[in-house]
Amino acid sequence: MPTDQLDSKGDKMHAIEKILARAAGQDLVSTGQIVNCRVDLAEVNDLYPQAIFSFYEMGAKKVHSPDSLTFIFDHYAPASSIHQAENHKLMRSFCHDQGIKLLFDVDCGVCHQVMVDHGLVFPGMILIATDSHTTTHGAFGAFGTGVGATDLAVIMATGHLWLKVPQIIQINLSGRLSPGVYAKDIILHIIGELGADYAIYKAVEFAGPVVDKWSVSERMALCNMTTEMGAKTAYIQPDKVTIDFLSKKINKSFDIIETDMDFKYAEELFFDISRIGPQLGIPHSVDNVRPLAQLVGTKIHQAFLGSCTGGRAEDIAVAARILEGKHISPDIRFVVAPASKQVFLDALRHGDVEKLVAAGASFVTPGCAACLGTHQGILAAGEVCIASTNRNFPGRMGHVKSSIYLGSPASVAAAALAGQIIDPSEIIK
Amino acid sequence: MKTIIQGRAFVFGDNLDTDQIYPGKYLELSDTRDIKKHALEGADPDFIKKFKPGDIIAGGSNFGCGSSREHATIALKGLGSGAVLAESFARIFYRNAINLGVLLLVCPGIRKSVSQGDIVKINIEISRVYNQITGEELEIQPLSDYVLDILRMGGIKPLVKRQLQEMESR
Ligand code: SF4
Repeated sequence: MPTDQLDSKGDKMHAIEKILARAAGQDLVSTGQIVNCRVDLAEVNDLYPQAIFSFYEMGAKKVHSPDSLTFIFDHYAPASSIHQAENHKLMRSFCHDQGIKLLFDVDCGVCHQVMVDHGLVFPGMILIATDSHTTTHGAFGAFGTGVGATDLAVIMATGHLWLKVPQIIQINLSGRLSPGVYAKDIILHIIGELGADYAIYKAVEFAGPVVDKWSVSERMALCNMTTEMGAKTAYIQPDKVTIDFLSKKINKSFDIIETDMDFKYAEELFFDISRIGPQLGIPHSVDNVRPLAQLVGTKIHQAFLGSCTGGRAEDIAVAARILEGKHISPDIRFVVAPASKQVFLDALRHGDVEKLVAAGASFVTPGCAACLGTHQGILAAGEVCIASTNRNFPGRMGHVKSSIYLGSPASVAAAALAGQIIDPSEIIK
Repeated sequence: MKTIIQGRAFVFGDNLDTDQIYPGKYLELSDTRDIKKHALEGADPDFIKKFKPGDIIAGGSNFGCGSSREHATIALKGLGSGAVLAESFARIFYRNAINLGVLLLVCPGIRKSVSQGDIVKINIEISRVYNQITGEELEIQPLSDYVLDILRMGGIKPLVKRQLQEMESR
């Protein structure tokens, strides 16, 4: 058969398709096909006691693969109500009864960071979590996607989950980053251009010279935010940056799966990022994006640095550079939640925590904290917050009449300093 | 599984996120009877006072975007929603709903063709939606066989239960 015919039938496979095929025990998969995949790691966070209820309602008794399951307490860490404490208690005893050793209690941090810190994430794996931002792990070439409690219960009972093979969009980034501009600004810009529903059911791959140069932390921020354009999963082809990072975390071997040459993407998009300045997602949707320059002078009441998007050691370091030897505006609060215990320890060792506390920051327990609006930095009616998080829906951080501006960690720290939105590039020289 | 559904429409816009369908501050609740009291509270605080079992929810694109919280679909199931019609659904919300046996139907054009309070009739077998007030007729995207199997069983829990029993008895 002539090869061009093979091409037109789409025999060339993307790494994501190969990952799904392998997990389903098949040689080939094609777009739109439903495949039943073996799950390498399933994660349940503390919002989801429902996963345990559903597990027993299905008549299951024993978890299929206790070593492929982890429970992480992050959204309510530590518990601030009786309901939350009861949820934790139920999950602790479930882990105990089922022989689940990977229980990360209230001292550990946000699930996505904790799994990476503990070497549980590797290229080519299928990682399913009860959290929408599981796309984050595309930064490592893993297939990560979020599900609800009942899907997770299906995995607990059977070790498998059905997945539809998604269409794949490639986003190429080229050009030179301007000073004070980070992955968060770029992804906000992209979401603003494409819209919150652009990639529903689809996978988004990032490629190009800008991505190649970015650290793991920046790549995680990029992949994390694809959830806000509806993506099912994200992907960055593992390279030296990935391998160097993972080789310090993981002591087992992993293989790198590559996309076939001439694979046909559903779409290829190109962004020249040279002229993009700092960006903000403005109230009340993530795709409502404006250049920060247009919003300079907007008064804030709170700045929040944290979350699985913008709460890593690099993010805290940027804030420390901006605020070192200075003090935040007396009119505002600056809440910092390191994404994990490991992040907190790294920031402590670098001296960044000391600089920020001296500058007026309130550090809270590593975890989701104010990101979800359940504790540790809730907003009152009419208040405005700038946050390094990923969502600004009405009421996300507290009162439905509060407002959230989403920006990079640098933009958050700069606003904390000034008490209003200002351009961070004017401060970071 | 019912194939003809008729009810009053409650209409919402594009990108109706899960914080509006089920505000984060109630996530610690785990009893369906408590959860359903807060359905759509973030979008309309009086929603549950007006909604009757069998009524229909109509939305725009990306309905249910945002978090993976199953509470959003548990709340709609608890209220007894007849069906949710939208231009498109966010994927986790879609999976959660089907898993619990809540009927979601993709219906291009619905946002413009239905107003608050209109009576809407859905015929699943022929994939049609009728606005009984304006006489307008729309097509719905047919459900995939896999999704239909789950819905016919009343959700994925009974389906997996049967699979587990079959495995045990083998
Ligand atoms: S930090 Fe925020 S976005 Fe990330 S898992 Fe927690 S609540 Fe969700």
